[in-house]
Amino acid sequence: MPEVILENISKSYQDGKVKAVKNVSFSVEKGELFGLIGPDGAGKTSLFRVLTTLLTPDSGIATVFGCDVVKDYKSIRQHVGYMPGKFSLYQDLTVEENLNFFATVFGTTIQENYDLIKDIYVQLEPFKNRRAGKLSGGMKQKLALCCALIHRPKILFLDEPTTGVDTVSRKEFWEMLQRLKKQEITILVSTPYMDEATLCERIALIQEGEIMSINTPQGIIEEYPKKLFSIKSSNMIQLLDDLRKYDSIDSCNAFGEYHHISFKSENTELAKSELTTYLKRDRDYKDLVINDINPTIEDCFINLMN
Amino acid sequence: MTAEKVISTDRLTKKFGDFVAADEISFDVYKGEIFGFLGANGAGKTTAIRMLCGLSTPSYGEATIAGFDIYKETEKIKKNIGYMSQKFSLYEDLTVLENIKFFGGIYGLSDKELKSKSNQLIETLGMSVEAKKLVGSLPLGWKQKLAFSVAIIHDPKIVFLDEPTGGVDPVTRRQFWDLIYKASSQGITIFVTTHYMDEAEYCHRISMMVDGKIKALDTPTNLKDQYHANSMDDVFYELARGAKRKAD
Amino acid sequence: MKQFFTFVRKEFYHVFRDPKTLLLLFGMPIAQIILFGFALTNEVKNSKIVIADYAKDVASERIIEKIEATKSFEIEQILLSTKEIEETFKKGKVKLAIVFPATFNSDLSHQNKTQVQIIADASDPNTATTLTNYAQSIIMSYQREVQAMNRAPLQINTEIRMIYNPELKGATNFVPGVMALVLLLICVLMTSVSIVKEKETGTMEILLVSPMNPLLVIVSKAVPYFLLSILNLTVILVLSITMMEMPMNGNFLLLYFASSLLILAALSLGLLISNSTNTQQEAMLISLMGMVIPTMMLTGFLFPLENMPLPLQVMANIMPSKWYYIIVKSIMIKGLGFVAIWKEMSILLGMTIFLLTMSFKRFKIRLA
Repeated sequence: MPEVILENISKSYQDGKVKAVKNVSFSVEKGELFGLIGPDGAGKTSLFRVLTTLLTPDSGIATVFGCDVVKDYKSIRQHVGYMPGKFSLYQDLTVEENLNFFATVFGTTIQENYDLIKDIYVQLEPFKNRRAGKLSGGMKQKLALCCALIHRPKILFLDEPTTGVDTVSRKEFWEMLQRLKKQEITILVSTPYMDEATLCERIALIQEGEIMSINTPQGIIEEYPKKLFSIKSSNMIQLLDDLRKYDSIDSCNAFGEYHHISFKSENTELAKSELTTYLKRDRDYKDLVINDINPTIEDCFINLMN
Repeated sequence: MTAEKVISTDRLTKKFGDFVAADEISFDVYKGEIFGFLGANGAGKTTAIRMLCGLSTPSYGEATIAGFDIYKETEKIKKNIGYMSQKFSLYEDLTVLENIKFFGGIYGLSDKELKSKSNQLIETLGMSVEAKKLVGSLPLGWKQKLAFSVAIIHDPKIVFLDEPTGGVDPVTRRQFWDLIYKASSQGITIFVTTHYMDEAEYCHRISMMVDGKIKALDTPTNLKDQYHANSMDDVFYELARGAKRKAD
Repeated sequence: MKQFFTFVRKEFYHVFRDPKTLLLLFGMPIAQIILFGFALTNEVKNSKIVIADYAKDVASERIIEKIEATKSFEIEQILLSTKEIEETFKKGKVKLAIVFPATFNSDLSHQNKTQVQIIADASDPNTATTLTNYAQSIIMSYQREVQAMNRAPLQINTEIRMIYNPELKGATNFVPGVMALVLLLICVLMTSVSIVKEKETGTMEILLVSPMNPLLVIVSKAVPYFLLSILNLTVILVLSITMMEMPMNGNFLLLYFASSLLILAALSLGLLISNSTNTQQEAMLISLMGMVIPTMMLTGFLFPLENMPLPLQVMANIMPSKWYYIIVKSIMIKGLGFVAIWKEMSILLGMTIFLLTMSFKRFKIRLA
């Protein structure tokens, strides 16, 4: 039986005016690292709050390790670890005091589960007498993770743990999650950063309260319906404009150094050579580079949104 | 790109007691340039931006913004810059039109200018249906696009964008950059911070701040060559990894 | 139990690590006492008085007539003996008594001088002084009236007796008021703000998702503020008794018991406020507008309630601080025991129980 099950969950606010979650169903297996990928306002936080028993759904059924989120909320609260999106710990307590406090709240001690947080806590140890408010974003996030893990939960819910954190800290954080997975803890994580999707085992792409696709990252990429190319020249802004005006282009999006394009016609090789000719001859691009590429999760997300 | 400098700093420094938040930073930004201002958390980006906007007086060093001195002419600087951050967008309890009129009014636009500007703005953003709706009821992406348009309503020389696309969906994020390109082509200098490394690629030039100092400054292509990296992500990682100020 | 103590300790850390909170906690009572030390003068209307008329002659009856004619006084009762005066005073409604001796008129006509006694409840010194001045001027006007028909110089001596607070110390009036104010302010404001702060930082979400009983979260939040309030109360008492010469004629235990009731009522109110607000500013604003200002206006220590329009007087009855104020004055100044104030005590107890049940009932085990 899956560790987390959602069946037709809906949640709205302000007497139904704001529909945050619309008829969402999915399940998460035990020990899985599951990612909920979507922009702000997609409904990620609402889903997390339903699963952590903080909100009751308007309709639908959700269970966490077999317990109903409405009826058996007490049993669920015994065994989940939760890191809310806006979680900022007690700024005026030191690192150690924060950890001690949450350990006691969950009826345990730091010593008891030290092996679980050891990897993370050793990095914090030099600052254990520093107040949490004086830590950097990355360090705060590590402390928050320690606090969420201190009672050795069966499931960890991490709501946008990497938002507002720089690339280096984000990388470190995901490495920590990979290590935690080995401890057989089920992890549900949400993020607005599409590039983090590939670090999960399975992902759900969510937009405006609806799940657009659920699969492994590879599976989602394979579902992409078109052949995708990357294109680059020295004048990227002009190129974007020209590509958008070009008839046989189906989609064209800026992706960092390159633009990603797909064609309307099935015969992509022909379309590609036609485009190259057009750009080189008619539009005078001299340093054009076009490559065949595999789509990224972000390509898939954009495709599903349209 | 013309060679007119709109931001020029020379050994600009800000100290808080013993702590040097911004350490002798020197760089120039040119008219119409999209300048990416990157750095790890706590590297001193916010301190630097505050000085450049005339909100905080430097400890020492020189800087001119839009041709005005950073010590003596902060009021003139404020008239010639626009500012937008992820946190502050607009008044949620005012309508789209009311927000435009309010911010235009602050910068001393005449009624006539206001009218034509707001019509033009609403048309460009395709918000004619939403013009009379409260900003709070709009999706985040729309708010950010609107906030950007409002930040440049007074045709500033420079606009400072502090993580303008955080948490925005990928489609809207690209639409947002279209607006940035357009403003840049009109000669507005864009000074932008971001956590999305693909967006760093869209900038003409990038500076990387580490521990209060500017460690690297060049075009994305040159930076990647210099650090033998495949992407800006790798460049950033390479530079920020050595930061000492991790816990601060 | 360990959870509980850890929680309480954490709450103390919050208080002691924030200089602003500390200043508010311990600076405010002192500042209040100094502030309200400058007593205010008040006009008095329709004050209830009693008269013990042993003379029952033309002179005394004429004066009583005059008193009845003014708007300032309302004669509650004509008493038969001075013994009853003490009792009516203790009931608290009557603020002033006038005693005419049996030989009032005969002394005036035979010796050209006579005496009248005015007794005032001076636990509210402003009102007491104003009332005695009024009474005196009425008697003086009678003296001038009689003088006009008489050639010999006449003299009516008024003997003024202030009971409960003979030295007219303002402290007796405002100290109980400050006590009520400080207890309410600290408990309502601090609890609501500190709970809402946890909502803002997201820590409340963690606590709710933890196996800790949500009610325990609240109770352990209230304990430090309860203790701090008791400490604060002691500071105020020590200050006012030693420096302001505030009397303490009653039972300390009874005083602390009554104070605990008010504190509990206030904590429950703070909890109720925190339930329906989401930002610290909101909680602060509601606490100040909803509690502190009404307390200052409607408790009776700044503005006498008896002068207020009827709707305000009715409203004052739902203020726990009004009853607490009466109780404190009765205990400290009049030295009364439980038997004398059981009515006020039961009202306060009722309010406390009501607020406490309300706050427990309304407490959310979820976010919305």
